[in-house]
Amino acid sequence: MYSLIVFLPLVGFLIAGAISLKGAMDKTAAAGGHDGHGHDHGDHGHGHAGHGHAGGHDAHGAAHGTHAAAHDDHGHGHDDHHEEAPGSRPAELVTTGLMAVTALLSWVAFFSVAFGEGEAFTVPVLSWIHSGALATEWAFRIDTLTVVMLVVVNTVSFLVHLYSMGYMSHDPARPRFFAYLSLFTFAMLTLVTSDNLLQMFFGWEGVGLASYLLIGFWYQKPSANAAAMKAFVVNRVGDFGFLLGLFGVYVLFNSISFDAIFANVGSLEGAQLTFLGSSWDAATIVCLLLFMGAMGKSAQFLLHTWLPDAMEGPTPVSALIHAATMVTAGVFMVARMSPVFEMSHTALTVVTFIGATTAFFAATVGLVQNDIKRVIAYSTCSQLGYMFVALGVGAYPIAVFHLFTHAFFKALLFLGAGSVIHAVSGEQDMRKMGGLRTVIPVTFWMMTIGTLALTGFPFTAGFYSKDGIIEAAFVGENAFAGYAFGMLVIAAVFTSFYSWRLAFLTFFGKPRASAEVMKHAHESPQVMLIPLYVLAVGALFAGVAFSGAFMGEGVEEFWKQSLYLPHGEHSILEAIHHVSFWVKISPFIAMLIGFAVAVYFYIVNPEAPKQLAARHDALYQFLLNKWYFDELYDILFVRSAKWIGTKLWKVGDGRIIDGLGPDGIAARVQDVTTRVVRLQTGYLYHYAFAMLIGVALLVTWAMFYAGGM
Amino acid sequence: MSDMPLLSIVTFLPLAGVFLILWNRANDEVAIRNIRMVALVTTVFTFLVSLFVWGRFDPSNPGFQMVEEAAWMGDFVGYRMGVDGISMLFVILTTFLMPFCILASWNSVEYRVKEYMIAFLVLETLMIGVFCALDSVLFYVFFEAGLIPMYIIIGVWGGKRRIYASYKFFLYTLLGSVLMMVAIMAMYFDAGTTDIAVLLQHSFPAEMQTWLWIAFFASFAVKMPMWPVHTWLPDAHVEAPTAGSVILAGILLKMGGYGFLRFSVPMFPLASADFAPFIFALSVVAIIYTSLVALMQQDIKKLIAYSSVAHMGFVTMGIFSMNVQGIQGALFQMISHGIVSGALFLCVGVVYDRMHTREISAYGGLVNRMPAYAVAFLIFTMANVGLPGTSGFVGEFLTLMGAFQANTWVAFFAATGVILSAGYALWLFRRVVFGVLDKDSLKSILDLSLREKVILAPLVVLTIFYGVYPAPILDATAASVDLLVKNYQAAIDLASQTAQVVP
Repeated sequence: MYSLIVFLPLVGFLIAGAISLKGAMDKTAAAGGHDGHGHDHGDHGHGHAGHGHAGGHDAHGAAHGTHAAAHDDHGHGHDDHHEEAPGSRPAELVTTGLMAVTALLSWVAFFSVAFGEGEAFTVPVLSWIHSGALATEWAFRIDTLTVVMLVVVNTVSFLVHLYSMGYMSHDPARPRFFAYLSLFTFAMLTLVTSDNLLQMFFGWEGVGLASYLLIGFWYQKPSANAAAMKAFVVNRVGDFGFLLGLFGVYVLFNSISFDAIFANVGSLEGAQLTFLGSSWDAATIVCLLLFMGAMGKSAQFLLHTWLPDAMEGPTPVSALIHAATMVTAGVFMVARMSPVFEMSHTALTVVTFIGATTAFFAATVGLVQNDIKRVIAYSTCSQLGYMFVALGVGAYPIAVFHLFTHAFFKALLFLGAGSVIHAVSGEQDMRKMGGLRTVIPVTFWMMTIGTLALTGFPFTAGFYSKDGIIEAAFVGENAFAGYAFGMLVIAAVFTSFYSWRLAFLTFFGKPRASAEVMKHAHESPQVMLIPLYVLAVGALFAGVAFSGAFMGEGVEEFWKQSLYLPHGEHSILEAIHHVSFWVKISPFIAMLIGFAVAVYFYIVNPEAPKQLAARHDALYQFLLNKWYFDELYDILFVRSAKWIGTKLWKVGDGRIIDGLGPDGIAARVQDVTTRVVRLQTGYLYHYAFAMLIGVALLVTWAMFYAGGM
Repeated sequence: MSDMPLLSIVTFLPLAGVFLILWNRANDEVAIRNIRMVALVTTVFTFLVSLFVWGRFDPSNPGFQMVEEAAWMGDFVGYRMGVDGISMLFVILTTFLMPFCILASWNSVEYRVKEYMIAFLVLETLMIGVFCALDSVLFYVFFEAGLIPMYIIIGVWGGKRRIYASYKFFLYTLLGSVLMMVAIMAMYFDAGTTDIAVLLQHSFPAEMQTWLWIAFFASFAVKMPMWPVHTWLPDAHVEAPTAGSVILAGILLKMGGYGFLRFSVPMFPLASADFAPFIFALSVVAIIYTSLVALMQQDIKKLIAYSSVAHMGFVTMGIFSMNVQGIQGALFQMISHGIVSGALFLCVGVVYDRMHTREISAYGGLVNRMPAYAVAFLIFTMANVGLPGTSGFVGEFLTLMGAFQANTWVAFFAATGVILSAGYALWLFRRVVFGVLDKDSLKSILDLSLREKVILAPLVVLTIFYGVYPAPILDATAASVDLLVKNYQAAIDLASQTAQVVP
């Protein structure tokens, strides 16, 4: 069953990929009058149905290309003349159908493993890298943590597949889109089922590849290509840490399989590891390096810059990859390695600090963004910070629970935003929306549910997990727990503010879109609304239904050995029930404050935010430009790398190495040989060929002569 | 057929093709077509025969297998052939890549087809000979003679600056080879033989090891190429015809790494241990320096050439980390790089044949008209970046892991290559393949032809296959690498014991 869960999306990818490539090849072959079919690479569904420029659609394609970068170019209204890629329907049905099966099986697995009696077990698949003492396998590790992730990934992925059938219906390259989605799902599944760090790294990079392809799905948009590349490279900075951490683990445990690591984790007590010339506490250095990987994937402070840009991808992609699943991989990894992280107080303190800082930083930026998707993107970044705080203070079950609930309401918000964008012809700027409540009422209500859950309205999903994190931060014992508590409460105010700001700007007030757009505005088709309903159910009830098992009384039976669980009377899970009343109420107060300010700013007195921005222009610009991280990194890394590269090339290779070495000599030699060659046959290759024959003869003669002796 | 001289057959089979081609004196269309067919059939047949070498190879035996011996050049130099886990796969890699080279030159080489094919077939013999030779003089002859056809291929069928490039190539490599000859002679005087199997057992005096090591290093470092003697490679690649680049990147660069593993490490273990930090430094510089240089290239081939230098940095780093993972990783990296960089050069050849330019700025948006090409190019780019699941990852991962155990600084700096390679490779891909196709010159560009698909498809399959299931390569090399590491450790331990006893 587990093999099916993991490999069905791969099958879907291969089928859709083959359809896509075949279609694209036939199309270009027809356009070029060139016989190109009959052979199919099939391994990789990267076929591209020419998007806009093939055949006689040039004028049309130009319009397409000039479409402003900020628009989610989902092809509404202007792609009608495009032929859709052949096999679009089968491709989307096959991939979505396979995902339905996978999602169903995951829920079966979830109930049988998490609520069953059985022990964790491993499903071997194939041997992978064996070298010396290193032995890695392709294998699935099935325990509660895995099945929780399976449910999250496959449910959201299935719903996003379904939603995309409506959302992408006008796109001419649908088979490719669905192929990528399934590829992503497959990679994510190998990540969450991995039984060793290396397979996790495979999934880790695999989702990176899928993310790269999906962000750059509209490859004719330069901004999309730039964002795709940025996402990949920034993630690689994190991977750099992940790899080094992995090597450290190997040195310490002589293995990188989780079973071996967890069995010997006690040996880390007091162990030292020499890294970069100095001796470190082994657990600390390994955890910090691994955490660097988590920071990259989960877009934490300093390595967050790629996530907002990733919104260049189609909106369903943002919902699936850049909100619900891939970006939570870092959280998952730390949770998976929780027995090791538990050995290093220092590492956990760093995790707390980075998480709290991210939660605060991203929330501040979210306050002022005008692009509907970017607001939600920063919100994601911020919520991931919450999860890391929970990990940092040792409340692993709460972190994973927030991951679980967040997947529902954040996917709901993103898909809802997609539905809004769909309604207003691809507009993403909230300043050009407004008054949509009556036009798209279903979307409005679904978004409201998502917002309630995100802001932690009592008894919605977010209420349980988010308040749990804030309380855990309060009782947490490391040096930054207090800092984290403060940051998270402030971030909760901001979260509530920007979420309601988004809702008010989009759905309330007078319409600010053009009459033309408003005339076409319409509710999305059922295929897009059904996923919203399902997610809304999750956003409302996942907390009530599962909080007992994930973080309440049933926590030990639920998680079993899959997470490090704090034990005893004073454990953090116990302590959060005994915090004082004002701590318990603080997130709720924070939510009310944020809501009240948003109501005042965007319903009661819409001029107020503009005046405030004008009065504090420097601060406003600072936030609007995301604390100028992009500009800073551009100077620090991008430009300097290019400058150094040019210098090394022109000066290092050109003037120094070549200038002093071969060029000097070659110049002399060339002088001489030109004369010599002119004396002889006049052509270099005659000469060279004579040389070859000469050598060949010499060798032959030597061989025969020697043989004869 | 167990007593057939299989290695000699594989080695000299291409020469049979040469004789067939020489026999053909006509110079018309049909004759040229026949020449191409003869070359193709010869190389394919050689590949098939070489598969028997793999079939007969016993991976559990760490020593030399299929050994042949005959007297040659008097009584001291022997004609000795044989393979072990370190060399066997290079033989297969060579015979495997040759048919692709012939196919890649099918239409793009228009004049002097006969000489061209002869040069390639002779080159094949010499390259296989390098990997099979078990006599240092024989090795030397193959090793150096291989220069000549390559020199000719670049000098005759190359681009505009071919003369400059071929001289540079020749000059660099010649200097190293003279020193190597001297070293081989010195070894003969000390050990009394040129038989590699015997030399491997012989322990040279510590001081002599140093000098011998330096002499061999001079030759192998250039071949590798290691920084700072790498500048011949970008020029040679840029000017070489596509098939020349494939062979250069795929096989000739591997001779340096092979040489280190055949001579330097096992024969001069003490010197190797002393020089390891030096090699590490050069490797790390190569990885970072050439990656940064690659970032700024404007010529596609030059970019890939520089990235090759960076990848070879991983190889030297892995070899001198002196542990099983490092060395197996280095071997894997060489095999994988042979496939991937060869494929990348073939990809460049595809568009070069159409547009006759390698300037990155002349392209853009190729995906719109060349979807199949884009897929293949993407897969090879990702393998070049070292994405897990492609063959490029396994070698990079293992060499880094080996280096981490030897010295964390080295692993730390080398691992930045992981970031930089993503930078230059994806930037190239973005500028060439993605985007809007708005250049008039590209408006009618055609996707892969059947011949090109036949060339690229097997490479795509292998790139992914060995990424997912690297066992065939790792298993074949395991025993010999184990033995190598064990002997090396024994030699080091012995030396340190003696050092303790003497004072």
